[in-house]
Amino acid sequence: MGMTITEKILADHADRGRVAPGELVNCRLDLVLANDITAPMAVQEFRKLGLKKVYDPGRVVLVMDHFTPNKDIKSAEQCLTVREFAREFGIVNYFDVGAMGIEHCLLPEQGLVLPGDCMIGADSHTCTYGALGAFATGVGSTDLAAGMALGECWFKVPESMKFVFHGQLRPWVGGKDLILYTIGRIGVEGARYRAMEFTGEAIGALSVEGRLTMCNMAVEAGAKNGIVPPDEKTHAYVAGRARRPYQAFAGDPDAAYIAVHEYEAGQIEPQVAFPHLPENSRPVSEAAGIAIDQVVIGSCTNGRLEDLRIAAGILEGRKASNKLRLIVIPGTQEIYLQAMREGLLETFVEAGAAVSTPTCGPCLGGHMGILAHGEKALATTNRNFVGRMGSPESEVYLAGPAVAAASAITGFITHPEEVVKQ
Amino acid sequence: MIITGRVWKFGNDVDTDLIIPARYLNTTDPLELASHCMEDADKSFAGRVQPGDIIVAGRNFGCGSSREHAPVAIKNAGVACVIAGSFARIFYRNAVNIGLPILECEAAAAALQSGDTAEIDLTAGSVKNLTSPGTYQAIPFPSFMQQIIEAGGLINYVKQRLA
Repeated sequence: MGMTITEKILADHADRGRVAPGELVNCRLDLVLANDITAPMAVQEFRKLGLKKVYDPGRVVLVMDHFTPNKDIKSAEQCLTVREFAREFGIVNYFDVGAMGIEHCLLPEQGLVLPGDCMIGADSHTCTYGALGAFATGVGSTDLAAGMALGECWFKVPESMKFVFHGQLRPWVGGKDLILYTIGRIGVEGARYRAMEFTGEAIGALSVEGRLTMCNMAVEAGAKNGIVPPDEKTHAYVAGRARRPYQAFAGDPDAAYIAVHEYEAGQIEPQVAFPHLPENSRPVSEAAGIAIDQVVIGSCTNGRLEDLRIAAGILEGRKASNKLRLIVIPGTQEIYLQAMREGLLETFVEAGAAVSTPTCGPCLGGHMGILAHGEKALATTNRNFVGRMGSPESEVYLAGPAVAAASAITGFITHPEEVVKQ
Repeated sequence: MIITGRVWKFGNDVDTDLIIPARYLNTTDPLELASHCMEDADKSFAGRVQPGDIIVAGRNFGCGSSREHAPVAIKNAGVACVIAGSFARIFYRNAVNIGLPILECEAAAAALQSGDTAEIDLTAGSVKNLTSPGTYQAIPFPSFMQQIIEAGGLINYVKQRLA
Protein backbone atom coordinates (compact mmCIF):
# COMPACT_ATOMS: atom_id res chain seq x y z
CA MET A 1 0.00 0.00 0.00
CA GLY A 2 1.33 3.42 -0.94
CA MET A 3 1.28 6.65 1.03
CA THR A 4 -0.59 9.93 0.55
CA ILE A 5 1.37 13.15 0.15
CA THR A 6 0.64 14.02 3.80
CA GLU A 7 1.97 10.65 4.98
CA LYS A 8 5.08 11.02 2.82
CA ILE A 9 5.96 14.42 4.25
CA LEU A 10 5.49 13.18 7.82
CA ALA A 11 7.50 9.99 7.14
CA ASP A 12 10.35 12.02 5.67
CA HIS A 13 10.44 14.43 8.61
CA ALA A 14 10.28 11.57 11.10
CA ASP A 15 13.18 9.82 9.28
CA ARG A 16 10.96 6.81 8.71
CA GLY A 17 10.49 4.74 5.58
CA ARG A 18 6.76 4.79 5.99
CA VAL A 19 4.03 5.88 8.38
CA ALA A 20 0.39 4.87 8.64
CA PRO A 21 -2.67 6.79 9.89
CA GLY A 22 -3.05 6.66 13.66
CA GLU A 23 0.67 6.32 14.40
CA LEU A 24 2.31 8.91 16.64
CA VAL A 25 5.44 10.35 15.05
CA ASN A 26 7.99 12.93 16.08
CA CYS A 27 8.83 15.21 13.13
CA ARG A 28 11.55 17.73 12.38
CA LEU A 29 10.11 21.19 11.80
CA ASP A 30 11.19 23.35 8.86
CA LEU A 31 9.46 26.37 10.34
CA VAL A 32 7.56 27.52 13.44
CA LEU A 33 5.24 30.53 13.42
CA ALA A 34 3.43 32.67 15.99
CA ASN A 35 1.60 36.00 16.02
CA ASP A 36 0.97 38.88 18.44
CA ILE A 37 -1.81 36.93 20.23
CA THR A 38 -0.16 33.52 20.53
CA ALA A 39 3.53 34.48 20.72
CA PRO A 40 3.37 36.29 24.09
CA MET A 41 2.09 33.10 25.76
CA ALA A 42 4.61 31.00 23.82
CA VAL A 43 7.43 33.30 24.95
CA GLN A 44 6.31 32.92 28.60
CA GLU A 45 6.36 29.13 28.28
CA PHE A 46 9.64 29.10 26.32
CA ARG A 47 11.36 31.16 29.03
CA LYS A 48 10.37 28.55 31.64
CA LEU A 49 12.77 26.17 29.86
CA GLY A 50 15.69 28.46 30.67
CA LEU A 51 17.26 28.09 27.22
CA LYS A 52 19.73 30.57 25.76
CA LYS A 53 18.65 30.05 22.15
CA VAL A 54 15.86 28.83 19.92
CA TYR A 55 16.57 25.73 17.81
CA ASP A 56 17.24 27.87 14.73
CA PRO A 57 16.77 31.67 14.71
CA GLY A 58 16.25 31.53 10.94
CA ARG A 59 13.31 29.15 11.21
CA VAL A 60 11.20 30.97 13.77
CA VAL A 61 8.72 33.43 12.23
CA LEU A 62 6.93 36.02 14.38
CA VAL A 63 4.28 38.21 12.73
CA MET A 64 2.57 41.07 14.53
CA ASP A 65 -0.71 41.06 12.60
CA HIS A 66 -3.83 40.61 14.74
CA PHE A 67 -4.21 43.77 16.85
CA THR A 68 -1.74 45.88 14.88
CA PRO A 69 -1.02 48.75 14.39
CA ASN A 70 -1.73 48.37 18.10
CA LYS A 71 -5.30 49.17 19.01
CA ASP A 72 -4.77 49.72 22.73
CA ILE A 73 -2.16 49.72 25.47
CA LYS A 74 -2.53 46.03 26.30
CA SER A 75 -1.99 45.03 22.68
CA ALA A 76 1.06 47.29 22.54
CA GLU A 77 2.45 45.55 25.63
CA GLN A 78 1.90 42.16 23.98
CA CYS A 79 3.85 43.24 20.89
CA LEU A 80 6.59 44.71 23.08
CA THR A 81 7.02 41.31 24.76
CA VAL A 82 7.49 39.65 21.39
CA ARG A 83 9.72 42.41 19.98
CA GLU A 84 12.07 42.13 22.95
CA PHE A 85 12.15 38.35 22.63
CA ALA A 86 12.91 38.62 18.90
CA ARG A 87 15.84 40.96 19.59
CA GLU A 88 17.19 38.89 22.47
CA PHE A 89 17.09 35.61 20.55
CA GLY A 90 18.12 37.03 17.16
CA ILE A 91 14.91 35.98 15.39
CA VAL A 92 15.59 36.70 11.71
CA ASN A 93 11.98 36.66 10.51
CA TYR A 94 10.33 39.08 12.89
CA PHE A 95 7.71 41.17 11.05
CA ASP A 96 6.49 44.36 12.69
CA VAL A 97 4.24 47.19 11.47
CA GLY A 98 5.43 48.48 8.12
CA ALA A 99 6.92 45.12 7.13
CA MET A 100 4.28 42.74 8.39
CA GLY A 101 1.29 41.39 6.58
CA ILE A 102 -1.42 38.96 7.55
CA GLU A 103 0.76 35.94 8.37
CA HIS A 104 -0.82 33.45 5.98
CA CYS A 105 -0.61 35.94 3.10
CA LEU A 106 2.93 36.90 4.08
CA LEU A 107 4.77 33.58 4.50
CA PRO A 108 4.04 32.13 1.04
CA GLU A 109 4.68 35.51 -0.59
CA GLN A 110 8.06 35.82 1.13
CA GLY A 111 9.08 32.27 0.21
CA LEU A 112 9.37 31.29 3.88
CA VAL A 113 7.21 28.18 3.55
CA LEU A 114 7.87 25.76 0.71
CA PRO A 115 6.60 22.54 -0.88
CA GLY A 116 7.44 19.46 1.18
CA ASP A 117 7.89 21.44 4.42
CA CYS A 118 6.64 20.20 7.78
CA MET A 119 5.73 23.14 9.98
CA ILE A 120 3.55 24.31 12.85
CA GLY A 121 2.02 27.69 13.57
CA ALA A 122 0.32 28.98 16.67
CA ASP A 123 -2.63 30.01 14.57
CA SER A 124 -5.36 27.68 13.41
CA HIS A 125 -5.19 28.90 9.82
CA THR A 126 -1.60 27.67 9.48
CA CYS A 127 -3.19 24.90 7.37
CA THR A 128 -3.19 27.48 4.53
CA TYR A 129 0.31 26.42 3.41
CA GLY A 130 -0.90 23.00 2.31
CA ALA A 131 -1.74 24.80 -0.93
CA LEU A 132 2.00 24.70 -1.70
CA GLY A 133 2.22 20.98 -0.97
CA ALA A 134 3.51 21.45 2.58
CA PHE A 135 2.31 19.78 5.78
CA ALA A 136 1.27 22.71 7.94
CA THR A 137 -0.98 22.65 10.98
CA GLY A 138 -2.14 24.90 13.79
CA VAL A 139 -1.10 24.37 17.40
CA GLY A 140 -1.32 26.33 20.65
CA SER A 141 1.30 28.46 22.35
CA THR A 142 2.83 25.71 24.50
CA ASP A 143 3.33 23.38 21.53
CA LEU A 144 4.89 26.33 19.75
CA ALA A 145 7.23 26.99 22.69
CA ALA A 146 8.32 23.34 22.60
CA GLY A 147 8.77 23.62 18.83
CA MET A 148 10.98 26.70 19.22
CA ALA A 149 13.09 24.81 21.74
CA LEU A 150 13.39 21.41 20.06
CA GLY A 151 12.69 22.02 16.37
CA GLU A 152 10.40 19.01 16.59
CA CYS A 153 6.75 18.29 17.19
CA TRP A 154 4.76 15.08 17.69
CA PHE A 155 1.80 14.34 15.45
CA LYS A 156 -0.76 11.62 15.07
CA VAL A 157 -0.60 10.70 11.39
CA PRO A 158 -4.00 11.76 10.05
CA GLU A 159 -6.26 9.71 7.84
CA SER A 160 -6.60 11.41 4.47
CA MET A 161 -9.81 12.42 2.74
CA LYS A 162 -9.66 13.13 -0.99
CA PHE A 163 -11.82 15.80 -2.60
CA VAL A 164 -11.94 15.65 -6.38
CA PHE A 165 -13.38 18.62 -8.25
CA HIS A 166 -14.19 17.57 -11.82
CA GLY A 167 -14.87 19.88 -14.72
CA GLN A 168 -14.67 23.63 -14.99
CA LEU A 169 -15.60 26.42 -12.63
CA ARG A 170 -18.54 28.64 -13.48
CA PRO A 171 -18.00 32.39 -13.81
CA TRP A 172 -17.54 34.20 -10.46
CA VAL A 173 -16.74 30.94 -8.67
CA GLY A 174 -13.34 30.65 -6.95
CA GLY A 175 -11.50 28.78 -4.22
CA LYS A 176 -13.68 30.32 -1.49
CA ASP A 177 -16.84 28.99 -3.09
CA LEU A 178 -15.37 25.51 -3.47
CA ILE A 179 -14.29 25.30 0.16
CA LEU A 180 -17.55 26.74 1.53
CA TYR A 181 -19.44 24.24 -0.64
CA THR A 182 -17.24 21.40 0.67
CA ILE A 183 -17.69 22.37 4.34
CA GLY A 184 -21.42 22.63 3.66
CA ARG A 185 -21.42 19.01 2.48
CA ILE A 186 -19.25 17.45 5.23
CA GLY A 187 -19.90 19.80 8.19
CA VAL A 188 -17.65 21.62 10.65
CA GLU A 189 -16.29 18.37 12.07
CA GLY A 190 -16.52 16.38 8.86
CA ALA A 191 -12.73 16.23 8.57
CA ARG A 192 -11.86 16.35 12.29
CA TYR A 193 -8.25 15.16 12.86
CA ARG A 194 -7.91 14.33 9.14
CA ALA A 195 -6.03 15.60 6.10
CA MET A 196 -8.13 17.15 3.33
CA GLU A 197 -6.47 16.63 -0.05
CA PHE A 198 -7.85 18.67 -2.94
CA THR A 199 -7.40 17.51 -6.53
CA GLY A 200 -9.10 17.39 -9.91
CA GLU A 201 -9.32 19.46 -13.05
CA ALA A 202 -10.92 22.44 -11.31
CA ILE A 203 -8.18 22.56 -8.66
CA GLY A 204 -5.55 22.39 -11.41
CA ALA A 205 -7.25 25.40 -13.01
CA LEU A 206 -7.22 27.41 -9.77
CA SER A 207 -4.38 29.83 -9.15
CA VAL A 208 -2.08 29.17 -6.20
CA GLU A 209 -3.91 32.04 -4.48
CA GLY A 210 -7.24 30.24 -4.91
CA ARG A 211 -5.70 27.07 -3.50
CA LEU A 212 -4.35 29.00 -0.50
CA THR A 213 -7.92 30.17 0.13
CA MET A 214 -9.18 26.57 0.05
CA CYS A 215 -6.54 25.10 2.34
CA ASN A 216 -6.94 28.09 4.69
CA MET A 217 -10.42 26.91 5.63
CA ALA A 218 -9.63 23.19 6.03
CA VAL A 219 -9.61 23.82 9.79
CA GLU A 220 -13.22 24.99 9.54
CA ALA A 221 -14.10 21.37 8.74
CA GLY A 222 -11.98 20.30 11.73
CA ALA A 223 -9.07 19.12 9.58
CA LYS A 224 -5.49 18.84 10.78
CA ASN A 225 -4.25 20.01 7.39
CA GLY A 226 -5.37 20.80 3.88
CA ILE A 227 -3.12 19.93 0.96
CA VAL A 228 -2.88 20.32 -2.81
CA PRO A 229 -0.30 18.15 -4.61
CA PRO A 230 2.30 20.51 -6.17
CA ASP A 231 2.15 21.10 -9.94
CA GLU A 232 3.78 23.50 -12.42
CA LYS A 233 1.78 26.39 -10.95
CA THR A 234 3.15 25.63 -7.49
CA HIS A 235 6.74 25.54 -8.70
CA ALA A 236 6.26 28.71 -10.76
CA TYR A 237 4.87 30.46 -7.67
CA VAL A 238 7.76 29.35 -5.48
CA ALA A 239 10.45 30.12 -8.06
CA GLY A 240 12.12 33.41 -7.21
CA ARG A 241 10.62 33.43 -3.72
CA ALA A 242 12.21 30.36 -2.10
CA ARG A 243 15.01 31.28 0.31
CA ARG A 244 16.29 27.72 0.69
CA PRO A 245 16.21 24.44 -1.25
CA TYR A 246 13.12 22.28 -0.91
CA GLN A 247 11.91 18.81 -1.82
CA ALA A 248 8.36 18.42 -3.11
CA PHE A 249 6.43 15.18 -2.50
CA ALA A 250 3.72 13.37 -4.43
CA GLY A 251 1.29 10.77 -3.17
CA ASP A 252 1.41 7.19 -4.46
CA PRO A 253 -1.27 6.06 -6.91
CA ASP A 254 -2.27 3.25 -4.53
CA ALA A 255 -2.41 5.41 -1.39
CA ALA A 256 -5.36 4.74 0.90
CA TYR A 257 -8.06 7.32 1.66
CA ILE A 258 -10.65 7.05 4.40
CA ALA A 259 -13.13 8.77 2.06
CA VAL A 260 -13.24 10.15 -1.48
CA HIS A 261 -15.70 12.92 -2.32
CA GLU A 262 -16.23 13.84 -5.96
CA TYR A 263 -17.91 17.07 -7.00
CA GLU A 264 -18.83 18.58 -10.37
CA ALA A 265 -17.34 22.07 -10.26
CA GLY A 266 -19.75 23.21 -12.95
CA GLN A 267 -22.67 22.58 -10.58
CA ILE A 268 -21.31 24.90 -7.89
CA GLU A 269 -22.70 28.44 -7.65
CA PRO A 270 -21.00 31.23 -5.71
CA GLN A 271 -21.58 30.33 -2.04
CA VAL A 272 -22.63 32.20 1.08
CA ALA A 273 -22.27 30.71 4.59
CA PHE A 274 -25.06 31.85 6.91
CA PRO A 275 -24.54 32.57 10.62
CA HIS A 276 -23.21 31.05 12.83
CA LEU A 277 -21.17 28.21 11.32
CA PRO A 278 -19.15 27.91 8.11
CA GLU A 279 -21.08 24.71 7.32
CA ASN A 280 -24.25 26.76 6.73
CA SER A 281 -23.26 27.41 3.12
CA ARG A 282 -25.86 27.84 0.40
CA PRO A 283 -25.86 29.07 -3.19
CA VAL A 284 -25.87 32.89 -3.28
CA SER A 285 -29.27 32.78 -5.01
CA GLU A 286 -30.73 31.50 -1.73
CA ALA A 287 -29.24 34.43 0.17
CA ALA A 288 -30.33 37.13 -2.28
CA GLY A 289 -31.95 40.15 -0.72
CA ILE A 290 -30.48 39.92 2.79
CA ALA A 291 -29.62 43.51 3.78
CA ILE A 292 -26.16 44.05 5.19
CA ASP A 293 -24.49 46.82 7.19
CA GLN A 294 -20.83 46.13 6.47
CA VAL A 295 -18.72 44.39 3.84
CA VAL A 296 -15.16 43.34 4.64
CA ILE A 297 -12.81 42.27 1.84
CA GLY A 298 -9.51 40.94 3.17
CA SER A 299 -8.13 38.42 5.72
CA CYS A 300 -5.80 35.42 5.46
CA THR A 301 -8.56 33.77 3.43
CA ASN A 302 -9.15 36.40 0.74
CA GLY A 303 -6.74 39.30 1.18
CA ARG A 304 -4.48 38.45 -1.76
CA LEU A 305 -3.93 40.38 -4.98
CA GLU A 306 -6.21 38.14 -7.03
CA ASP A 307 -9.04 38.77 -4.54
CA LEU A 308 -8.52 42.53 -4.72
CA ARG A 309 -8.46 42.40 -8.53
CA ILE A 310 -11.76 40.51 -8.61
CA ALA A 311 -13.38 42.96 -6.19
CA ALA A 312 -12.01 46.02 -7.99
CA GLY A 313 -13.18 44.64 -11.34
CA ILE A 314 -16.75 44.72 -10.02
CA LEU A 315 -16.46 47.99 -8.07
CA GLU A 316 -14.77 49.96 -10.85
CA GLY A 317 -16.93 52.93 -11.88
CA ARG A 318 -19.54 51.99 -9.27
CA LYS A 319 -20.32 53.17 -5.75
CA ALA A 320 -20.83 51.15 -2.62
CA SER A 321 -24.32 51.53 -1.17
CA ASN A 322 -24.57 54.38 1.34
CA LYS A 323 -26.44 51.98 3.62
CA LEU A 324 -23.27 50.08 4.48
CA ARG A 325 -19.57 50.45 5.26
CA LEU A 326 -17.12 48.85 2.85
CA ILE A 327 -13.70 47.97 4.31
CA VAL A 328 -10.87 46.66 2.13
CA ILE A 329 -7.72 45.25 3.73
CA PRO A 330 -4.82 44.17 1.49
CA GLY A 331 -3.06 41.18 3.07
CA THR A 332 0.56 42.37 2.94
CA GLN A 333 2.66 45.45 2.20
CA GLU A 334 3.60 43.95 -1.17
CA ILE A 335 -0.05 43.35 -2.05
CA TYR A 336 -0.88 46.87 -0.88
CA LEU A 337 1.84 48.37 -3.07
CA GLN A 338 0.90 46.33 -6.13
CA ALA A 339 -2.79 47.18 -5.65
CA MET A 340 -1.79 50.83 -5.54
CA ARG A 341 0.28 50.54 -8.73
CA GLU A 342 -2.57 48.80 -10.54
CA GLY A 343 -5.07 51.47 -9.49
CA LEU A 344 -7.11 49.04 -7.39
CA LEU A 345 -6.87 51.17 -4.26
CA GLU A 346 -8.10 54.18 -6.21
CA THR A 347 -11.07 52.14 -7.41
CA PHE A 348 -11.89 51.13 -3.84
CA VAL A 349 -11.62 54.65 -2.45
CA GLU A 350 -13.69 56.09 -5.29
CA ALA A 351 -16.32 53.44 -4.58
CA GLY A 352 -16.50 54.71 -1.00
CA ALA A 353 -14.39 52.07 0.71
CA ALA A 354 -12.11 52.49 3.70
CA VAL A 355 -8.77 50.96 2.71
CA SER A 356 -6.63 49.77 5.62
CA THR A 357 -3.04 48.84 6.20
CA PRO A 358 -2.68 45.02 6.52
CA THR A 359 -4.22 43.62 9.72
CA CYS A 360 -6.40 40.70 10.81
CA GLY A 361 -8.47 43.44 12.48
CA PRO A 362 -12.19 42.89 12.00
CA CYS A 363 -12.03 39.20 11.08
CA LEU A 364 -11.79 38.23 14.73
CA GLY A 365 -13.56 41.26 16.13
CA GLY A 366 -10.24 42.85 17.05
CA HIS A 367 -10.51 46.35 15.61
CA MET A 368 -10.98 48.22 12.31
CA GLY A 369 -14.64 47.37 11.78
CA ILE A 370 -16.46 46.01 14.84
CA LEU A 371 -20.19 45.32 14.55
CA ALA A 372 -22.92 46.71 16.80
CA HIS A 373 -25.81 44.54 18.04
CA GLY A 374 -28.29 43.65 15.34
CA GLU A 375 -25.85 44.38 12.52
CA LYS A 376 -25.04 42.02 9.67
CA ALA A 377 -21.75 41.81 7.82
CA LEU A 378 -20.81 40.01 4.64
CA ALA A 379 -17.12 39.17 4.84
CA THR A 380 -14.52 37.31 2.82
CA THR A 381 -13.15 36.01 6.12
CA ASN A 382 -13.27 32.44 7.45
CA ARG A 383 -15.48 32.32 10.55
CA ASN A 384 -19.02 33.43 11.26
CA PHE A 385 -19.25 32.27 14.88
CA VAL A 386 -21.38 34.15 17.43
CA GLY A 387 -19.66 37.46 18.25
CA ARG A 388 -16.83 36.81 15.82
CA MET A 389 -16.82 40.36 14.40
CA GLY A 390 -18.08 42.24 17.44
CA SER A 391 -21.35 42.18 19.36
CA PRO A 392 -22.60 38.68 20.25
CA GLU A 393 -25.88 39.92 18.76
CA SER A 394 -24.36 40.66 15.34
CA GLU A 395 -24.21 38.28 12.40
CA VAL A 396 -21.53 37.41 9.84
CA TYR A 397 -22.12 35.90 6.41
CA LEU A 398 -19.10 34.46 4.58
CA ALA A 399 -18.48 34.69 0.82
CA GLY A 400 -15.79 35.21 -1.79
CA PRO A 401 -14.58 38.61 -3.06
CA ALA A 402 -16.92 38.70 -6.07
CA VAL A 403 -20.10 38.28 -4.02
CA ALA A 404 -18.72 40.70 -1.41
CA ALA A 405 -18.03 43.43 -3.98
CA ALA A 406 -21.39 42.98 -5.73
CA SER A 407 -23.23 43.05 -2.40
CA ALA A 408 -21.37 46.20 -1.34
CA ILE A 409 -22.86 47.97 -4.36
CA THR A 410 -26.47 46.90 -3.86
CA GLY A 411 -26.54 46.80 -0.06
CA PHE A 412 -27.99 43.29 -0.20
CA ILE A 413 -26.39 39.89 -0.70
CA THR A 414 -26.12 39.76 -4.47
CA HIS A 415 -24.87 37.47 -7.23
CA PRO A 416 -22.03 39.28 -9.07
CA GLU A 417 -23.68 38.71 -12.46
CA GLU A 418 -26.59 40.91 -11.38
CA VAL A 419 -24.29 43.88 -10.90
CA VAL A 420 -21.97 43.32 -13.82
CA LYS A 421 -24.72 42.80 -16.40
CA GLN A 422 -26.35 46.15 -15.51
CA MET B 1 -7.61 11.55 41.28
CA ILE B 2 -11.32 11.92 42.04
CA ILE B 3 -13.28 15.08 41.16
CA THR B 4 -16.80 15.76 42.36
CA GLY B 5 -18.56 18.79 40.95
CA ARG B 6 -21.63 20.45 39.53
CA VAL B 7 -22.32 20.20 35.81
CA TRP B 8 -22.61 23.11 33.39
CA LYS B 9 -24.04 21.81 30.12
CA PHE B 10 -23.35 23.29 26.68
CA GLY B 11 -24.24 22.14 23.15
CA ASN B 12 -22.30 21.02 20.06
CA ASP B 13 -19.56 23.02 18.30
CA VAL B 14 -18.70 25.27 21.25
CA ASP B 15 -16.07 27.38 19.51
CA THR B 16 -13.10 29.19 21.00
CA ASP B 17 -14.76 32.57 20.39
CA LEU B 18 -17.53 31.46 22.77
CA ILE B 19 -15.01 30.17 25.32
CA ILE B 20 -12.94 33.39 25.26
CA PRO B 21 -13.92 36.12 22.78
CA ALA B 22 -11.02 37.56 20.78
CA ARG B 23 -11.70 41.03 22.20
CA TYR B 24 -10.08 39.80 25.42
CA LEU B 25 -6.98 38.31 23.80
CA ASN B 26 -4.87 41.40 24.41
CA THR B 27 -3.70 39.81 27.66
CA THR B 28 -2.21 36.52 28.84
CA ASP B 29 -3.24 37.07 32.48
CA PRO B 30 -4.99 33.80 33.45
CA LEU B 31 -7.39 35.35 35.96
CA GLU B 32 -8.43 38.13 33.60
CA LEU B 33 -9.08 35.54 30.89
CA ALA B 34 -11.04 33.46 33.41
CA SER B 35 -13.27 36.43 34.23
CA HIS B 36 -14.59 36.32 30.62
CA CYS B 37 -14.81 32.53 30.33
CA MET B 38 -17.78 31.35 28.21
CA GLU B 39 -19.03 34.95 28.13
CA ASP B 40 -20.72 34.86 24.72
CA ALA B 41 -22.35 31.48 25.45
CA ASP B 42 -23.55 32.29 28.98
CA LYS B 43 -22.87 35.74 30.39
CA SER B 44 -23.47 34.57 33.96
CA PHE B 45 -21.03 31.65 33.81
CA ALA B 46 -17.83 33.34 34.96
CA GLY B 47 -19.59 34.92 37.94
CA ARG B 48 -21.34 31.74 39.10
CA VAL B 49 -18.93 28.91 38.36
CA GLN B 50 -17.44 27.34 41.51
CA PRO B 51 -14.05 25.67 41.91
CA GLY B 52 -14.44 21.99 41.04
CA ASP B 53 -17.36 22.49 38.64
CA ILE B 54 -17.46 20.49 35.42
CA ILE B 55 -18.20 21.60 31.86
CA VAL B 56 -20.10 19.05 29.79
CA ALA B 57 -20.63 19.62 26.08
CA GLY B 58 -21.54 17.85 22.86
CA ARG B 59 -19.39 17.23 19.84
CA ASN B 60 -16.45 19.26 18.51
CA PHE B 61 -15.79 21.24 21.72
CA GLY B 62 -13.18 23.96 21.25
CA CYS B 63 -13.40 24.23 17.48
CA GLY B 64 -12.02 27.33 15.78
CA SER B 65 -8.88 29.16 16.72
CA SER B 66 -5.63 27.86 18.22
CA ARG B 67 -5.84 30.24 21.18
CA GLU B 68 -4.50 28.48 24.26
CA HIS B 69 -6.26 31.28 26.13
CA ALA B 70 -9.39 29.08 25.84
CA PRO B 71 -8.29 26.15 28.06
CA VAL B 72 -6.36 28.65 30.24
CA ALA B 73 -9.60 30.61 30.84
CA ILE B 74 -11.53 27.42 31.67
CA LYS B 75 -8.85 26.08 34.00
CA ASN B 76 -8.44 29.36 35.86
CA ALA B 77 -12.20 29.83 36.21
CA GLY B 78 -11.90 26.82 38.53
CA VAL B 79 -13.36 24.21 36.18
CA ALA B 80 -11.96 20.84 37.21
CA CYS B 81 -12.69 18.91 34.03
CA VAL B 82 -14.31 19.21 30.59
CA ILE B 83 -16.28 16.22 29.32
CA ALA B 84 -17.34 16.31 25.68
CA GLY B 85 -18.63 13.98 23.00
CA SER B 86 -15.56 14.98 21.01
CA PHE B 87 -12.91 17.70 20.99
CA ALA B 88 -11.46 19.80 18.19
CA ARG B 89 -7.84 18.75 17.80
CA ILE B 90 -5.97 21.95 18.71
CA PHE B 91 -8.07 22.43 21.87
CA TYR B 92 -7.39 18.80 22.81
CA ARG B 93 -3.61 19.27 22.50
CA ASN B 94 -3.70 22.61 24.31
CA ALA B 95 -5.71 21.23 27.24
CA VAL B 96 -3.24 18.37 27.73
CA ASN B 97 -0.27 20.70 27.34
CA ILE B 98 -1.44 23.11 30.05
CA GLY B 99 -2.85 20.46 32.38
CA LEU B 100 -6.61 21.01 32.04
CA PRO B 101 -8.26 17.60 32.57
CA ILE B 102 -10.52 16.60 29.67
CA LEU B 103 -12.45 13.43 28.91
CA GLU B 104 -13.93 12.32 25.61
CA CYS B 105 -17.12 10.41 26.38
CA GLU B 106 -20.18 10.63 24.18
CA ALA B 107 -22.48 8.74 26.57
CA ALA B 108 -21.60 10.89 29.60
CA ALA B 109 -21.89 14.04 27.48
CA ALA B 110 -25.40 13.01 26.46
CA ALA B 111 -26.57 11.87 29.88
CA LEU B 112 -25.27 14.62 32.18
CA GLN B 113 -27.45 17.71 32.54
CA SER B 114 -26.89 21.19 33.98
CA GLY B 115 -27.07 21.11 37.76
CA ASP B 116 -26.27 17.39 38.04
CA THR B 117 -23.45 16.38 40.34
CA ALA B 118 -20.84 14.14 38.72
CA GLU B 119 -17.96 12.17 40.16
CA ILE B 120 -14.97 11.68 37.87
CA ASP B 121 -12.07 9.28 38.35
CA LEU B 122 -9.43 10.88 36.12
CA THR B 123 -7.00 7.99 36.42
CA ALA B 124 -9.59 5.41 35.40
CA GLY B 125 -11.37 7.79 32.98
CA SER B 126 -14.75 6.94 34.48
CA VAL B 127 -17.66 9.30 35.05
CA LYS B 128 -20.48 8.70 37.54
CA ASN B 129 -23.67 10.75 37.59
CA LEU B 130 -24.65 11.13 41.27
CA THR B 131 -27.94 12.88 40.43
CA SER B 132 -29.50 10.49 37.90
CA PRO B 133 -27.47 7.33 38.41
CA GLY B 134 -25.31 6.17 35.52
CA THR B 135 -21.64 5.31 35.01
CA TYR B 136 -19.71 6.01 31.84
CA GLN B 137 -16.24 5.19 30.52
CA ALA B 138 -14.18 7.76 28.61
CA ILE B 139 -11.82 7.03 25.70
CA PRO B 140 -8.31 6.64 27.21
CA PHE B 141 -5.47 8.97 26.21
CA PRO B 142 -2.76 7.51 23.95
CA SER B 143 0.14 6.40 26.16
CA PHE B 144 2.41 9.13 24.81
CA MET B 145 -0.07 11.82 25.89
CA GLN B 146 -0.35 10.09 29.27
CA GLN B 147 3.38 10.79 29.70
CA ILE B 148 2.80 14.52 29.10
CA ILE B 149 -0.06 14.49 31.60
CA GLU B 150 2.06 12.65 34.18
CA ALA B 151 4.93 15.11 33.67
CA GLY B 152 2.52 17.92 34.54
CA GLY B 153 2.20 19.36 31.04
CA LEU B 154 4.31 19.74 27.94
CA ILE B 155 6.85 22.25 29.30
CA ASN B 156 7.79 19.90 32.15
CA TYR B 157 7.94 17.04 29.66
CA VAL B 158 10.34 19.02 27.44
CA LYS B 159 12.42 19.94 30.50
CA GLN B 160 12.79 16.23 31.27
CA ARG B 161 13.85 15.58 27.69
CA LEU B 162 16.41 18.39 27.71
CA ALA B 163 17.82 17.38 31.12
